Amino acid sequence: MGTAAVAPIEVHDLTVAYRKKPVLWDIDFDLPEGALIGLVGPNGAGKSTLIKAIMGLLPVLSGYVRIYGQPLEKQRELVGYVPQRETVDWDFPVDALDVVTMGRYGRMGLFARPSKRDKEIAMACLDKVGMADYATRQISQLSGGQQQRVFLARALTQDASIYLMDEPFAGVDAATEAAIITLLKDLKSKQKTVVVVHHDLNTAEEYFDYIMLLNMRLVKFGPTAEVFTPENLRITYGGKLQLLSQAAEKIARQG
Amino acid sequence: MSPDMWVLLTGILAAVACGVIGSFLVLRQNAMLGDAISHSVLPGLVIAFLITSSRGVVPMIVGAAVMGIATAYLTEVLDRTRNVYRDGALGIVFTFMFAVGVILIAIYADQIDLDQDCVLYGEIAYTPWDVAVVGGKSLGPRAVWILGGVLLANLAFIFSFYKQLKICSFDPAMARAVGLNERLWHYLLMTMVSLTVVAAFESVGAILVVAMLIVPGATAYLLTHRLSVMLVLSGVIGAASAIGGFFAASAIDASISGAMAVVSGLILAIVMITTILVRRISAKRHVRASRENETAPVQSM
Repeated sequence: MGTAAVAPIEVHDLTVAYRKKPVLWDIDFDLPEGALIGLVGPNGAGKSTLIKAIMGLLPVLSGYVRIYGQPLEKQRELVGYVPQRETVDWDFPVDALDVVTMGRYGRMGLFARPSKRDKEIAMACLDKVGMADYATRQISQLSGGQQQRVFLARALTQDASIYLMDEPFAGVDAATEAAIITLLKDLKSKQKTVVVVHHDLNTAEEYFDYIMLLNMRLVKFGPTAEVFTPENLRITYGGKLQLLSQAAEKIARQG
Repeated sequence: MSPDMWVLLTGILAAVACGVIGSFLVLRQNAMLGDAISHSVLPGLVIAFLITSSRGVVPMIVGAAVMGIATAYLTEVLDRTRNVYRDGALGIVFTFMFAVGVILIAIYADQIDLDQDCVLYGEIAYTPWDVAVVGGKSLGPRAVWILGGVLLANLAFIFSFYKQLKICSFDPAMARAVGLNERLWHYLLMTMVSLTVVAAFESVGAILVVAMLIVPGATAYLLTHRLSVMLVLSGVIGAASAIGGFFAASAIDASISGAMAVVSGLILAIVMITTILVRRISAKRHVRASRENETAPVQSM
């Protein structure tokens, strides 16, 4: 796999339960450095749960997560996080720049206010996702795609080595989709490791270098060309999804 | 100062102290927490009284703070077992704690000069005669000093830890992801709410406290898109409710606390109706404008 001596993320024998039901069983992998990794699986497969468990946001039943060989608590600054858009109240009385600046809060002193530099960084990150003109907009006045880009900009202010993104492509417009793709390429060119929870099987193959197929257990993980096969998708989705047959056809046609 | 002015000042201080800290409960969509804490502090007050046999400020405040934190902590623990949902957990904890308080009062009734009425339903009209005396000199009503202190403590807390309160209210998961101790901030906020509730309870009564924790914040939320402005507005609306309620009560000879709570509700109603009307009108204007835009090129053709 990767060339790095120490994996950016090592997950070892991880089992996570949610409201008493185990959602993830014995998940075990090392991620390669500097790759775009698509995390794919059906609804309820535990994709978000895996991201949250890596971020230390959920209690873990067994196993552990290491970030460049160390526990997360020591390496928080290396990990940027983009939660699902629906997890927050978009009527909250803050503007886009406020939200983006929050990415810097972890580095400020107890009593400190965001400095001029923090705001400049936040502004530059908004610009990177094409949202500089919307800095002073209250967040409820942004479209879904614009809100998603605000969340991405916030993660960029963390200036991390690893980014975990929970469904950034869900329900966004074409402009946002293009902005995210540009951003992913840019992050890859800077040798960042990016894990993206992704729903759309039609685009997964095109966007990601590696694919992780998940359905409560780790079905397959590896370079997209090896892993993204009709057989593996059938195992992951259990043949339930209509999308699956479409994707399978597409792969067959290309093959 | 005349007794009336002291009553008015007490009402204003209580309303502003509750309004600013309560704004965060509104923002966290956690409005019932104020109601819950106002019940669950009861055993704390009883136990503090049993230990110190005094109804002094310090034992009451310590008792309330401990129970406020206990409420937040026990709710968290129950929630983390994942056997009940969060609001269920809160409902279980505060009714349980209130019941413990009631039982404690019943058991120690003969030793306690403390019944539900005097713990839970303070009477604002009596505050001018309960004065703080230091070195034989009267310094004005005790309630004014206590509520003034709590208001200053709330303002200092919000001012010092503005960014933590902001991110933890908006996006607790992100707060943890950037390394803040989100739970600690939650507990600290609950502590401040508990202190405010118990300080205000004793002097102005339960109705006013529960109303002022939520209604000014909810009204301010409708009026602005900036958190800092919302906090200032919640204080202003709280004070306006207190003043309006005070004069309404003397005009119709009704309960002062009750009238203050009613006025805050009226202000909320007026703001809400106005907001809805303004939104409708601007939506109509928007539709009309876009219709004109559509027809314009047709005419030019």
